[in-house]
Amino acid sequence: MTENSLDTAGRQAAAKAAGGDPTAASPLASGTPTPAGDQVRSTVAGRPSGVGGRPPRPTLGRRAAAFADSLWRPALVLAVVFAAWWFVAAQEYVPNYLVPTPGQVWETMTGQWSELARHTLVTLYETVLGFVLAAALGLATAVAIAYSRTLDKALYPIVLFAQVIPKIAIAPLLVVWFGLGLTPKIILAVLIAFFPVVISGVAGLRSTDPELLDLAATMGAGPWRTFRKIRFPNALPHLMAGLKVAVTLAVVGAVVGEFVGASEGLGYVLLLANGNLDSALLFADLILMSAIGIVLFVLVEIAEALLIPWHASRRASVSLTTS
Amino acid sequence: MTAAPAATGTAIGMSGVTVRFTSRRSQTTALDDVSLDIEPGEFVTIVGPSGCGKSTLLKIVAGLVTPTSGAVSLLQRPVRGPQKEIGFVFQKAALLEWRGARANILLQAEMRGMDRAKASRRADQLIEMTGLTGFEKALPHELSGGMQQRVALCRALLHSPPVLLMDEPFGALDALTREQMNAELHRIWRETDTTVVLVTHSIAEAVFLGTRVVVMSARPGRIIRTFPVELPAHRDYAQVMSDPRFDRLATDLRGLLGSAAANH
Repeated sequence: MTENSLDTAGRQAAAKAAGGDPTAASPLASGTPTPAGDQVRSTVAGRPSGVGGRPPRPTLGRRAAAFADSLWRPALVLAVVFAAWWFVAAQEYVPNYLVPTPGQVWETMTGQWSELARHTLVTLYETVLGFVLAAALGLATAVAIAYSRTLDKALYPIVLFAQVIPKIAIAPLLVVWFGLGLTPKIILAVLIAFFPVVISGVAGLRSTDPELLDLAATMGAGPWRTFRKIRFPNALPHLMAGLKVAVTLAVVGAVVGEFVGASEGLGYVLLLANGNLDSALLFADLILMSAIGIVLFVLVEIAEALLIPWHASRRASVSLTTS
Repeated sequence: MTAAPAATGTAIGMSGVTVRFTSRRSQTTALDDVSLDIEPGEFVTIVGPSGCGKSTLLKIVAGLVTPTSGAVSLLQRPVRGPQKEIGFVFQKAALLEWRGARANILLQAEMRGMDRAKASRRADQLIEMTGLTGFEKALPHELSGGMQQRVALCRALLHSPPVLLMDEPFGALDALTREQMNAELHRIWRETDTTVVLVTHSIAEAVFLGTRVVVMSARPGRIIRTFPVELPAHRDYAQVMSDPRFDRLATDLRGLLGSAAANH
């Protein structure tokens, strides 16, 4: 094969980068490629230097460092807010029955822990089930819309229209239909989380490079193989973004469902505490609700990191946070 | 190494092929009465101004576009629907972002349901042949443009197709990489008995690679002339560039293309 020295040098530089060599990773991970490596690569590869020399996959240690680095700023803001709350409540600038001290909230939480944990699990169950169903139904709908022109025309306007109906206003109707059990809460969570999954799924499935689809056709692959090997993985980045929105919305659905009529769950506890003017319990309840949302969101983020480590959004997140 | 097409008869046959695209208000004729026969083992290069329907011509052979009228055959069988006996390379590498180089090459095998062990061996052979050794696991974004296009070429050759269709495969590469890829492609073609049709904007590329150069006019695309390339079958890039026959043909082509563009 015809090979010149420049090309060999380029390959070595790229091999070094691809191998995740720690010495190569340190300048590269910060988003500024080594000038020498970049020069060689752009000369040989014909890639504009701005595009070439992307940071390689960073090592686990660097990732952890980047993660810690991304955390301290929000943590600082939270600490300041927390301190302000403590100060205001402890000094009783606002009466305690309106804003309890962190200590009182903590006491409530530990004192009524077994009760609170039970209610949290109920809400968590409704949320997770609602989210999973919404993800499955949403993806199925997205596939139907992306693959069939007829279904696109028939379903898409209805999906859009349905999104305009305030789902929270449907909650009482669901309680009338399905009673006070878990069903209406799960349905509400599904309804509210469904839309972002469909929209992102359709966008993702439609973003497939038409040349790849042409290529798939000349490879003699059927629609299922093309979906599994090309269209679905290609749609994942969009879909994961939709799922992140959906999971936080599912919590809202479950809690609102509990507001309307329930005998358990964090929404029910919230109404109860509200009726008793028990602000400490209100605060404890709110914290648990947020915790559900945060934990589920992080789980989806982790799933995303595992499913699409190759995607630009994930590569960029590292270099952005270290800058 | 290639399943050779029947020794007799054409590899690709087109007669009276016309393609019209109809939009709501207008009708464009992309190709007008194109007839072209390509023998097995030929390397036909197609040059022409932008938008002359060169890409459409390739897609017709691949069965991805159905002509408005005219007959198309591939390996003596009429073309109806997407064809499997071909390898296709686009201007963009069109690789799967989430797969390493080797896995991208093996996509071809997975989509066709080829024998795994056989495909794997063939992939190794192609990786070696195109100098991708050491980059088997590299993701597309970690590869240079030239290497991405090498991966796309390997993918198109994995199933040893009798016909290789290339749509400006090196158009996005810099001159140096392009020359190198030209030399590699020439060698690959020589070593196999693949029939190649390559669309290009580069006169040098067309002459260096082709056994025949087809010149097309601007829209509506027609074949103006066909030039046989009288250069040895075994070509060396530097030698060809200094060959007077190369110069003469390149000058002819340039003149013809200039007038083709001026008329429209």
